[in-house]
Amino acid sequence: MSDKEFNYYISGETGKWEVVIGLEVHAQVSSNAKLFSTSATKFGSEPNSQVSLIDAAMPGMLPVINKFCVEQAVRTGLGLKAKINLLSVFDRKNYFYADLPQGYQISQFKHPIVGEGEVILDMPYGTKKIGIERLHLEQDAGKSLHDQDPTKTFIDLNRSGVALMEIVSKPDLRSPEEVAEYIKKLRSIMRYLGTCDGNMEEGSLRADVNVSVRKIGSKDFGTRCEIKNVNSIKFMQQAIQFEAKRQVDLLEEGKKIDQETRLFDTKKNETRQMRSKEDAHDYRYFPDPDLPPLKFDQSFVDEIKQKLPELPDDKKERLIKDYKLSSYEAGVLISDKDTSDYFEDIAKNSDVKLAINWVIGDLFAALNKIGKSIKESPISSKNLAKLIDLIKNNTISGRIAKEVFELMINDNRDPKVIVEEKGLIQESNVGELEKIIEKVLKDNTDKVAEYKSGKDKLFGFFVGSVIKESKGKANPALVNDILKKKLS
Amino acid sequence: MTDLTKLTLVESVKHVKEKKCSAEELVDAYVKRIEKSDKLNCFNTKDLENAVSKAKKIDTNKKLDKALVGAPIAVKDLFCTKGLKTTASSKILSNFIPTYESTVTEKLWNEDAILIGKLNSDEFAMGSSNETSSFGNVLNPYRLNNENLVPGGSSGGCASAVAADLTSATVGTDTGGSIRQPAAFTGIVGLKPTYGRCSRWGIVAFASSLDQAGPMTKDVKDAALMLDVISGYDEKDSTSANKPKSSFLNSIKSNIKGLKVGVPKEYRVDNMPKEVDDLWQEGIKILKDNGAIIKDISLPHTKYALPTYYIIAPAEASSNLARYDGVRYGFRAEGKDLTEMYENTRSKGFGAEVKRRIMIGTYVLSSGYYDAYYLKAQKVRNLIKVDFDNAYKDVDVILTPTTPTPAFKFGENTDDPIAMYLNDIFTVTANLAGLPAISLPIKYNKDGLPLALQLFGKSFDEQTLLNTAYSIEQQVNFKSQVKDWWM
Repeated sequence: MSDKEFNYYISGETGKWEVVIGLEVHAQVSSNAKLFSTSATKFGSEPNSQVSLIDAAMPGMLPVINKFCVEQAVRTGLGLKAKINLLSVFDRKNYFYADLPQGYQISQFKHPIVGEGEVILDMPYGTKKIGIERLHLEQDAGKSLHDQDPTKTFIDLNRSGVALMEIVSKPDLRSPEEVAEYIKKLRSIMRYLGTCDGNMEEGSLRADVNVSVRKIGSKDFGTRCEIKNVNSIKFMQQAIQFEAKRQVDLLEEGKKIDQETRLFDTKKNETRQMRSKEDAHDYRYFPDPDLPPLKFDQSFVDEIKQKLPELPDDKKERLIKDYKLSSYEAGVLISDKDTSDYFEDIAKNSDVKLAINWVIGDLFAALNKIGKSIKESPISSKNLAKLIDLIKNNTISGRIAKEVFELMINDNRDPKVIVEEKGLIQESNVGELEKIIEKVLKDNTDKVAEYKSGKDKLFGFFVGSVIKESKGKANPALVNDILKKKLS
Repeated sequence: MTDLTKLTLVESVKHVKEKKCSAEELVDAYVKRIEKSDKLNCFNTKDLENAVSKAKKIDTNKKLDKALVGAPIAVKDLFCTKGLKTTASSKILSNFIPTYESTVTEKLWNEDAILIGKLNSDEFAMGSSNETSSFGNVLNPYRLNNENLVPGGSSGGCASAVAADLTSATVGTDTGGSIRQPAAFTGIVGLKPTYGRCSRWGIVAFASSLDQAGPMTKDVKDAALMLDVISGYDEKDSTSANKPKSSFLNSIKSNIKGLKVGVPKEYRVDNMPKEVDDLWQEGIKILKDNGAIIKDISLPHTKYALPTYYIIAPAEASSNLARYDGVRYGFRAEGKDLTEMYENTRSKGFGAEVKRRIMIGTYVLSSGYYDAYYLKAQKVRNLIKVDFDNAYKDVDVILTPTTPTPAFKFGENTDDPIAMYLNDIFTVTANLAGLPAISLPIKYNKDGLPLALQLFGKSFDEQTLLNTAYSIEQQVNFKSQVKDWWM
């Protein structure tokens, strides 16, 4: 099969082109307070209701580092198996914009808090290691609202000063699929760590996408373009597809790529120039004199390391080992911490095989249908475990279980109660079953004759009829046994 | 009855504590003088009525035990004062009323000092003559043959106000000499504490790594008392130092027997007037007489200090002043779009000297120039620090003149920024090295203008600095010769 092998290339007139992608992900740090002030960070609050004197850059105001945000960055760095820098420096990135109150963003330029690390991707063609160049802490800007008034722009500073982690990958990604997997994996790691909620709709996770192309086999990088601030995986993929194609077309026409900043128009599904290299800002970075270098010792890192939760890659290995899951099954479960937690709640004390099938089968389908996450699942893991136990101990059949499941989706009731109330307990009494079977055979003497004359396929018909006659309650295995005897 | 405005701060507080006068009487005396002293243009904003009512309230207190009880104090208009206009002597902040109080001034009011107004200065503290203020020149109470002189800068309003008895003491800020040079020009004491000794929170920033608030007072003991009150760790300022401190005032002593005083040869600059050189020798003699040991020392990188300063300070200023953009507060000049609004606001809102420094600062931080200017300046700055570290292996304090000349006339240096910048030649090193330094009036020159000496101390050793200054002060017995010619 072709997807077992990497095959994302752009075919041009002159041959095949490889796409080289690097991402700068901006992940909002999960923290109640901002990076340098104590203002709240709640999403969707009344505009300018979470703005301190510091966030508004009033005269004489000074930043004070939020220790928790530093811990979060270190935690994330450890999750990326990265080097933690015991000394890092905050710099000012100077530019004017109406939603940037200080006239500079406090960021880390030359000395980031986290150095090189890695993220492992599970691709259909095997695992792939994506290098992390660095992770640094910086402030977010406020928001300009251009659509509130015909002539004025309004400024909301709630986001001003919120802590971001900029996670810069090496140019190791080669396709939109790898980008999607990379973002998902990164998000999953940060969710496990509790360092970023990864909520792309709320802007907690967004990325600048660097794209260049080169002929297959070439070792040199092409000139890259940076697509700014793309805020969904789908858009990242579309933007890369468009941009790679655009670059290949230009190169094949003998033109050259200008290094520039572009933006992705989600409506037209195209990238276009935002500013050229000539117009690029000169940010005049220099160390922020209001903030001494950020220093901590190894024991600070070790303490965080000790309390680190289990991470997706480790969890996957453990699930495979402890529950004898396939790599695929474990992969599906660990992609979301809530899913694997939900699964383990059930699998700890119930049948593993049933647990995995119900979770990634019926439950996923049901949640998908009602548009809810597993965390919001109407069926608690406790009740799903009960349902699985009822199947396992033959109290109900799989078919009845599906009926019960449908009822549980509506009200998360205890499946035992539903089963008892509706009289759905499986009929396993041989005498009772024989009665039903006798009736079915009597009603279908013609079919019995046909079966006996060699039409074996009719066996299924008899089983179905018996189950139907029992209103679904007949234990299918017993029905099989008894029928076989009666018809032999 | 004694003129209460002639009392030192220490004496004023004692008067109130001992009920020799009420706080109201003390404030009234200053209010009367202030009302007759508009000609000096020391005040950007007066807050006299509130001051009187605060004084009345203090007089009703059962206990009058606070360190600055009843003392009327005007502060440099760079300290944000809650509910009272804070302009940095600029047009761009001419209408700015803070909703918060700077840490340093908060500490004054916590000790029952009474705010009487905000004092003029150079715009955003950028200048050495107070001529860059957007609220006009401040006059020095000392004149040269009846001709007006600058009070120095940037804390010119502070210096003239103390010298003219319009405030019992004041706090200024010193980025390159802005406390010490005007103190020298007006015959008062000016102390720049160690960087980090006083919180910068709530002070309009000029150059963050150099700015430091400090007292400007009638004598050394007043400076010690003020430093006691305004210093201390502040968790709101990440660069403030968490150092234990005892009372500078209570520990002050004039016995300096065995104190080792360094005299750096590099401060003997070309064309230094003879009167300044003589003054220096006089200072050396006084210290010797008082039992100090004089040592010749070398601070070899001194000659690079001024250019280094004029790279680092503007670089930080160019970034610190970016927030004055007309968007959220302060002056705004409209434009057809955002960029034009910025351009109009900042071209009309800033004065020439501020613009010059923003441009210098922007230039030295620009890509391609950063290494050659800013980075190199940081390296030199470090060498200057090392110079002092080495010197302090042998000496406890260092003695130099505060300024190369006494106060000068208006317009004398305004056409030549470099000549103006040379005023800071002896003072900037303390800021670059983060060290404490004090300017102390010694005598009058033949024209009746005050001349001053400067002492540098070791990091966080303001006590030795104050002791040395106190010892000199007792010898020279410098008395104000201000003649109230403006009244």
